[in-house]
Amino acid sequence: MTINQSGWKPTSPEAKDGEVAATFTGNRALMLEEKLIFEIGDSETTGVDFADGDVSGSRLGNLTRKDPIGLPGLSEPETVRHYTRLSRQNYAIDLGLFPLGSCTMKHNPRLNEKMARLGGFSDVHPLQPVDTVQGALEVIHQLAHWLVTLTGMTSVAMSPKAGAHGELCGILAIKAALEKRGEGHRKVILVPESAHGTNPATAAFAGFSVEDIPATADGRVNTAALKSRLGPDVAGVMITNPNTCGLFERDLKDISDAVHAAGGYVYCDGANFNAIVGRVRPGDLGVDAMHINLHKTFSTPHGGGGPGSGPVVFSEALTPFAPLPFVEKTGEGFRLVEEENADDHHADSFGRMVAFHGQMGMFTRALTYILSHGADGLRQVAEDAVLNANYVLRSLENTLDAPFAKSGPCMHEAIFSDENLADGFSTIDVAKALIDEGFHPMTMYFPLVVHGAMLVEPTETESKAALDQFIGALRSVAERAKAGDPSLKTAPHFAPRARLDETLAARKPVLVWKDKAA
Amino acid sequence: MERMRYLPLTSSDRAEMLSVIGAGSVDDLFVDVPESARLSGPIEGLPNHASELAVERHMTALARKNMVAGDVPFFLGCGAYRHHVPASVDHLIQRGEFLTAYTPYQPEIAQGTLQMLFEFQTQVARLLGTDVANASMYDGSTACWEAIGMARRITKKSKAILSSGLHPHYVSVAKTMAKYTGDTLETGTPVLTAETDIDQMIAAIDGDTSCVVVQYPDILGRIADLTTLAEACHAKKALLIAVVTEPVALGAIRSPGEMDADIVVGEGQSLGVGLQFGGPYVGLMGCKDKYIRQMPGRFCGETVDADGKRGFVLTLSTREQHIRREKATSNICTNSGLCALAFSIHMTLLGEAGLRRMAGINHANACRAADRLAKVPGVKLVNDVFFNEFTLDLGREARPIVRTLAERGVLAGVSLGRLYPGEDALANGLVVAVTETVTAEDIETLAKALEEVLA
Repeated sequence: MTINQSGWKPTSPEAKDGEVAATFTGNRALMLEEKLIFEIGDSETTGVDFADGDVSGSRLGNLTRKDPIGLPGLSEPETVRHYTRLSRQNYAIDLGLFPLGSCTMKHNPRLNEKMARLGGFSDVHPLQPVDTVQGALEVIHQLAHWLVTLTGMTSVAMSPKAGAHGELCGILAIKAALEKRGEGHRKVILVPESAHGTNPATAAFAGFSVEDIPATADGRVNTAALKSRLGPDVAGVMITNPNTCGLFERDLKDISDAVHAAGGYVYCDGANFNAIVGRVRPGDLGVDAMHINLHKTFSTPHGGGGPGSGPVVFSEALTPFAPLPFVEKTGEGFRLVEEENADDHHADSFGRMVAFHGQMGMFTRALTYILSHGADGLRQVAEDAVLNANYVLRSLENTLDAPFAKSGPCMHEAIFSDENLADGFSTIDVAKALIDEGFHPMTMYFPLVVHGAMLVEPTETESKAALDQFIGALRSVAERAKAGDPSLKTAPHFAPRARLDETLAARKPVLVWKDKAA
Repeated sequence: MERMRYLPLTSSDRAEMLSVIGAGSVDDLFVDVPESARLSGPIEGLPNHASELAVERHMTALARKNMVAGDVPFFLGCGAYRHHVPASVDHLIQRGEFLTAYTPYQPEIAQGTLQMLFEFQTQVARLLGTDVANASMYDGSTACWEAIGMARRITKKSKAILSSGLHPHYVSVAKTMAKYTGDTLETGTPVLTAETDIDQMIAAIDGDTSCVVVQYPDILGRIADLTTLAEACHAKKALLIAVVTEPVALGAIRSPGEMDADIVVGEGQSLGVGLQFGGPYVGLMGCKDKYIRQMPGRFCGETVDADGKRGFVLTLSTREQHIRREKATSNICTNSGLCALAFSIHMTLLGEAGLRRMAGINHANACRAADRLAKVPGVKLVNDVFFNEFTLDLGREARPIVRTLAERGVLAGVSLGRLYPGEDALANGLVVAVTETVTAEDIETLAKALEEVLA
């Protein structure tokens, strides 16, 4: 079909390559630049109307605030536009595949958001009399039941606020258990070198010294090295399973038995529980404590960096030391076990980690997610996550170096290295070029045991078509990096910003806005 | 199982993918799991998948079992406050580009989150009166503990003096952590008087003191000038940490930073976030410029891109666990990004004029309520100064009275018996918070109900 045979004909200006005229605004159609609120707002404008009335009464002593605070306001339409424009400069799962290894960027079901906003959950105060919050306590209790059953453990501490906070919870319980046994002298925690940085940071916070355990050539913990290090000074181990190379630690049960026999405890970093939920119970592997990132396995939204939620499941051995508060079923309903009644039957608790009762808003979302999937659906989640990752691994192992491809199947994430890229090209160049292809990059340079690691976690909520497009894009970018295409060095070319100067930001930190005119 | 709504793969997709992989079945992908730990089918005793409608029914039934704050006269505070949150706040934070983004580790495609965090940091620093602020903490209680640890690293001393007016949960968190870090904490329980414990704390500071932690307004709603306390701290090379659990107060009263506090932490829940039965909330943390390298948590900083355009990145990460591992300032790996966004949007909507007006209404409502409730026979007002929260001495144990009033559909406040169980001297105390959401009728309803119950 031909169109526009007569009349007005579109013409394109005689622009030379790469010379598009700058726009007056700095905008490029839908790519809209947005100033800071401090540059567009002022201290008189407000987007909130309050009732009229006298507010002159004062019992503030001599503390009335007199000087300007410096908080700009915007009307509602300006506010909506400001944040809408900002939002459009973000990549997000809602836009496309987000294969950030170890972070589990899966679809966030909107029913979860709707349920969390029910007034009975969102508009309830944490210190209301417990008779008026029985439904909230029941949510916590139901979620706790699922978590304990899915992991095959004895109990769960619901209050930790994030994964790293959960790690701290588990390690403090181990410390309390050792002290109760009179073995507070056990000061060493063994951590595989492939671990998340939070593991050693957590152990060090609790007063432990951290010793690295090397990895084997096939990407797993060196069991022999670990066993030979066990002894009367070792408090326990922190092992991630599936590990950060995306592999299942085959020997974990064997390791647990050895650690227990040597008088230590096993902490499992459950960041990757999504790969095995419904197929493996960590309790069957001898784990004593494991945190569960509700924002990973159970899909509470990452929100641009939190809030997370990190409940910790415990074995029978560590259960008496779990933190306060927790919810308990009684004859008539549910009650909170807090400082005041802990002595009845929980006197060995190591104490309280947070004000109030934990991330309730995340509990309602996670419970909604879990009930939607059910036992069968959660098992399918693990299977599809693992299937998708293996599909990516096998589709790209002939293009990129895949250091553990010969070790067998991966779990929920596939790992590649920068070994076969052209000289001078590294993972960051591949990652930034993927941005131009419309994808969020994979996790870069982690874990540290793989050179130039690219850790790809597709998750189960990607269709085969989406995976095929991603695989095609990564293959194309990898081929360019192997051929030494210099344009990769300046990628991304089509993002809201080119590569940012992180060195400048750290050398001369500008952390708050200051009026340059002032 | 049949198709599940969140899982896009079809059976034929799965078969095709398995053949690319070279595996006979999905079970082959789990070969590394020891046989003894393999589950052969869905875990027994748990229900299978359910429709959206069925799940919504289940959750709604649970929600209905709770008494909703907005449905009744409501006066609870003590670290969590009910304020009106404009509708646009929740709409904006639900934009997928904010809600479903990750930590902005790829700044070229995360400028939305990064610019928002830079604005948040500036708003928080200005509100608290500090030079800088970080990109948020888990909540106020964990931020408070992190500040104590920060003071230890800066002063190289480890004795912290915690005001008796500090929220007891915050004290409890600090006690738990101090057991493992070796910090010594001096703590106390508040006394039902109008005076705060500032003079006692000044007397207690000595050469070993790393910091004094004071809540402003405190757990009983009292407020006091912190200037002399700051001077006393600095004379002994200790830091003053101020804790603000009600940031709206800083629209009406001087900021702790203005009174020379070194570190100011807070609970930001009041703005944008809502009650949510205690979480997720958002921890605020600001400090003087010279201490930023000892601060935990994330920072967003300004920089330029390769084309010279202004942009933002996460910065100073050499303090953090993913770089420093066991030598990090904290094991914290996240902030409370979406709650920080809600806080920041609400603050932008308010602006300075709106925040001051909102704070003024809170204070005026609280004055009105205090005057009315003090007229209830047998009831005494403990505070002489306060912002939007004050303590009543009911002359009788307050905790059962709060329960009785709840049965009558009035959420009257937080009894000190709930917060300090076993402390007989506090048992008659009732802490009452009065925000802009409280009406004159609500105050009258509470006063009448109290009159009846106390009669």
